[in-house]
Amino acid sequence: MKFTLSWLKQHLETTASAEEIVDAMTMAGLEVEHVENPALKLAAFTVARIVSAEQHPNADRLRVCQVDTVDGRKEIVCGAPNARAGLTTIYAPIGAYVPGLNVTLVEKPVRGVVSNGMLCSAAELETAEESDGIMELPDDLTVGTPVAEALGLEAVIDFEVTPNRPDWLGVAGIARDLAATGIGRLKDLNVVAVPGTFPCPIQISLTAPQACPLFAGRVVKGVKNGPSPQWLQAKLKSVGLRSINALVDVTNLLSCDRARPLHVYDVDKLTGTVIEARMGLQGETLEALDSKTYTLTADMCVIADACGPLGLGGVMGGESSGCSQATTSVFIESAWFDPLITAQTGRATGISSDAQYRFARTVDTGFVLPGLELATQLILEICGGEVSEVLVAGQAPAAPGAINFDPDYVQRLSGLAVTRERTFEILSHLGFAIEGTSGTVQVTAPSWRRDVEGKADLVEEVARIAGYGALPSTPLPPLTSAASGILTVRQNRARMGRRAMAALGYAEALTWSFTSRKTASLFGGGDEAVVLSNPIASELDCMRPSILSNLIEAAGRNAKRGFADVALFEVGPVFAGDRPEDQRTAITGLIAPHAPRRWDQGAAENVFTVKSDLMALLEALGAPTASLQTAQGSNSPWWHPGRSARLQLGPKAVVAEFGALHPSVLKALDVDGPVYGFELWLDAVPEPKRKGKSKPGYEASSLMPLSRDYAFIVEQDKAAGDLIKAVMGADKALIVSARVFDVYQGQGVATGSKSVALEVTIQPKEQTLTEVEIEALSAKIIAAVQKAGGTLRG
Amino acid sequence: MTDLATLEAEIVSAVQASADLAGLDAVRVNVLGKSGSISALLKGLGSMGPDERREQGPLINGLRDRVQAALTQRKTALEAGALDAQLATERLDLTLPAPPRRRGSVHPTMQVMDEMTAIFAEMGFAVADGPDIEDDFHNFTALNFPPKHPARETHDTFFFAPNPVGERMLLRTHTSPVQIRTMVSQAPPIRIIAPGRTYRKDSDQTHTPMFHQVEGLVIDRNIHMGHLKWTLETFVGRFFETSDVVTRFRPHHFPFTEPSAELDVQCDRTGGELKVGQGSSWLEVLGCGMVHPNVIKNCGLDSDEWQGFAFGMGVDRLAMLKYGVPDLRDMFASDVRWLAHYGFSPFAAPSAAGGLS
Repeated sequence: MKFTLSWLKQHLETTASAEEIVDAMTMAGLEVEHVENPALKLAAFTVARIVSAEQHPNADRLRVCQVDTVDGRKEIVCGAPNARAGLTTIYAPIGAYVPGLNVTLVEKPVRGVVSNGMLCSAAELETAEESDGIMELPDDLTVGTPVAEALGLEAVIDFEVTPNRPDWLGVAGIARDLAATGIGRLKDLNVVAVPGTFPCPIQISLTAPQACPLFAGRVVKGVKNGPSPQWLQAKLKSVGLRSINALVDVTNLLSCDRARPLHVYDVDKLTGTVIEARMGLQGETLEALDSKTYTLTADMCVIADACGPLGLGGVMGGESSGCSQATTSVFIESAWFDPLITAQTGRATGISSDAQYRFARTVDTGFVLPGLELATQLILEICGGEVSEVLVAGQAPAAPGAINFDPDYVQRLSGLAVTRERTFEILSHLGFAIEGTSGTVQVTAPSWRRDVEGKADLVEEVARIAGYGALPSTPLPPLTSAASGILTVRQNRARMGRRAMAALGYAEALTWSFTSRKTASLFGGGDEAVVLSNPIASELDCMRPSILSNLIEAAGRNAKRGFADVALFEVGPVFAGDRPEDQRTAITGLIAPHAPRRWDQGAAENVFTVKSDLMALLEALGAPTASLQTAQGSNSPWWHPGRSARLQLGPKAVVAEFGALHPSVLKALDVDGPVYGFELWLDAVPEPKRKGKSKPGYEASSLMPLSRDYAFIVEQDKAAGDLIKAVMGADKALIVSARVFDVYQGQGVATGSKSVALEVTIQPKEQTLTEVEIEALSAKIIAAVQKAGGTLRG
Repeated sequence: MTDLATLEAEIVSAVQASADLAGLDAVRVNVLGKSGSISALLKGLGSMGPDERREQGPLINGLRDRVQAALTQRKTALEAGALDAQLATERLDLTLPAPPRRRGSVHPTMQVMDEMTAIFAEMGFAVADGPDIEDDFHNFTALNFPPKHPARETHDTFFFAPNPVGERMLLRTHTSPVQIRTMVSQAPPIRIIAPGRTYRKDSDQTHTPMFHQVEGLVIDRNIHMGHLKWTLETFVGRFFETSDVVTRFRPHHFPFTEPSAELDVQCDRTGGELKVGQGSSWLEVLGCGMVHPNVIKNCGLDSDEWQGFAFGMGVDRLAMLKYGVPDLRDMFASDVRWLAHYGFSPFAAPSAAGGLS
């Protein structure tokens, strides 16, 4: 929303500068976005008069002018055909920046004649979009007058109107709030009625009161339409509106001045004598004033005559009944359209007109008739004519009741100490009516403030006008509960997991929670329930079932930039459906191993790298790692079938999956393999069973542990994990670890078999073991492995 | 006894001449071995008469001790030489690179979230969370956005297809739904922050379709805007690590707060670097206000008994401002060079003692 200072001053008596006005607006809640001040922008440009204009000696189209300027008489070369002796125009000195040309003037000869400045066109000053020749100004202007003054250009204030304040969509509404802040005095906004001299020849019929409950109108006949007078054109132009013709301009003026949209119909183009406000009929179409044809629906409010739709109520008029220069008889509509229906029609049609914008935000129900009278006055003033009586159909929606308001509530809610008197004064200035004198009073909001519904709204009105600057700074009361760690176990694990992953060498990435439906389906997702109806881009149309795809794609992007060695992780949400319980938090790590080649032939990263990192992460999270089973062969299909596994507490309590990514998945994502990764679901990590801070008792044997090596022959598909499990189970009291240190296939081992060597650590508990006892234990180990399908290698 | 003197001279010269431990040991065996020359002399002592033994004994024993010492000394020298020689062969070129180790990092947005959590934890705020996929009630209606109200349109909401019941789920446009979930599920007094991902259909240099917010909510019996001001001033001072923060509360409109405000912080932007606590510009930091009585009622609480404040701020934006990140979109691009440049050490967890950044 834009307005100029002089426009504001038509409603507000003030001596405040533009800067002070802007500050007052800001602190009253009107967020000023931009102030365009031509007086500053065009400060270098002044009025000048051409004394003589001679033909340039070396160029047919140029003239050498002697010009009286603010800097004295100057010789200036000019190419404009209208440069002639006696012309009053605009002069720019050397050094001036010409906005329309985007150049700064320097002294240089033009075809051999030095030009000591420039004579400017409106386009060069950006006061018009295009212009023909240099400016032609009235001769009574004094040489040296600044251009902004000569052209009546003034500061334009552009500000943001929050949806709750439709009254700020009119300059008068802004003046009212500013007056309340004390920066000026509000002038009389009352409107005098214009009596009609004959009955209104057009009848109004309301058949959709839910969409248009109130409709007032009258006819002015014998008008002489045409271009608006200069003041009106300039006023509209100052806020960026185009002048159409006097009748239409009057409606646009009142829309900006009083936030009162109106519509004018050419009576001679109407069919019949009834204008109806009804809902649209299926199949109807309307050619609107924007020259586009819209298909209407039963959800839209339509203004129609006997022949069909004339316009979309409160949104846009139709081409067929619009006022032109030839109009001699005009019907003025001042109606009240339902905000929700207007908003919906705007969305459905894509029309966002000034009228639609205002009606969708609730127009003042109390200004339907005054708006009509004000429009009548202006039309009479500009176009003449004879005025009919006013016809009013329907009535404004009922006003909400008065609010019970205890002025002490201002301090209770805002902390501001505002006296009762000042509270009432502010509310009165803003148009609120107050009934009662002591204790709780009854406050009625003005008709233009339907946003005010309760006592908290009244506190805001008082507080913002009294000034937020006076808010006290009051420490929060101390809490009664102990302020120890405030994070839940899961929140804390996400935090520790993040730092553990970073410590393991992974860089934290934040990627979109969405991906493409196609990619999601590669990772078990893509259900209809998690597909966005209005994605920002087609490749981001589905909630991600896994973080892996995003990290794989990120690895691919990095590789394409020449940085193929990537270790990334993310802690974030994954979605199995659209219910809250379908969302889980995953910690996902990914390695695309392209580490630099090594001179020492060190082992390259492989799937065991991510297994190791995953185990380290689980340790850091305090997961029960000893109870985790590594289950292979049942992993999700985006993993390499032979090189991936899951860690689980049971078949239905999967904590994580890890492994090499499936080559066909990598191919679908256009990323070179191998890529290793894991995904851990934080919610699946059980909370520690132990409560309290104390650690379990410390038990360390004073006896030396001893170790024995065994090699077993097993079938080559046998999982080493099964052997370890068998060994550990042979004597749960004495055997503390069993670790594979060699896996061998080849000479000496039958084809189809392998030799697995384990180092078993035995921790005696009460006394050193005798050779006999050790032998017995060995026999138990060998027997246990035998049961699991392994024989001691001879 | 020129014989003994000659013998000693011979032995000493043999000891000195031995080039390695094996040669030296051969000398030792020749001299002190079973049939060594000095061993023979020592044996000869037994067959001497007492007078001769008294005379010869000390001479021969002296000889043996000196030879023994010479052998030991030579052995030490030879061993040292051998170790030196061995170590010389073990020389490694230590300018060669050590095995590579990747440097991990924490994302600046997450670092700043941890900072915020630490600051608000000191003020007694707990952390609450809620789902990213929300329903209309929690994201809008309960927060006093009337159905179809134009204020909803300002949120550029991502929607899912209507479910069989005709409701469309949506991606939360702010973390404010967590206010509702918290007030519904827990009895006041309430003091929480709610960090999380939020979504709006918007994409340009300063907007991404996903971003992070931290929401704050305090509900109690006598909380007013002065408490809000103190809380946010304390936060801003701690976050920007300056004791002289000048703030400005500017009236604004949010459907779920009444009165509403935006908080500006005085700052200096000259030279492309942001300095808080000085200068003449204002930096908009967050939106806030007193929780609207309708919101409190929508959560089943008595709005005449309970009141409080709420605030919400953009985490990514504050991370950018604090750490000089120029472009929001880079925050989500996962470029490893960017992550290494702007990321934080895992050991730099914000704390009251160690500092917040």
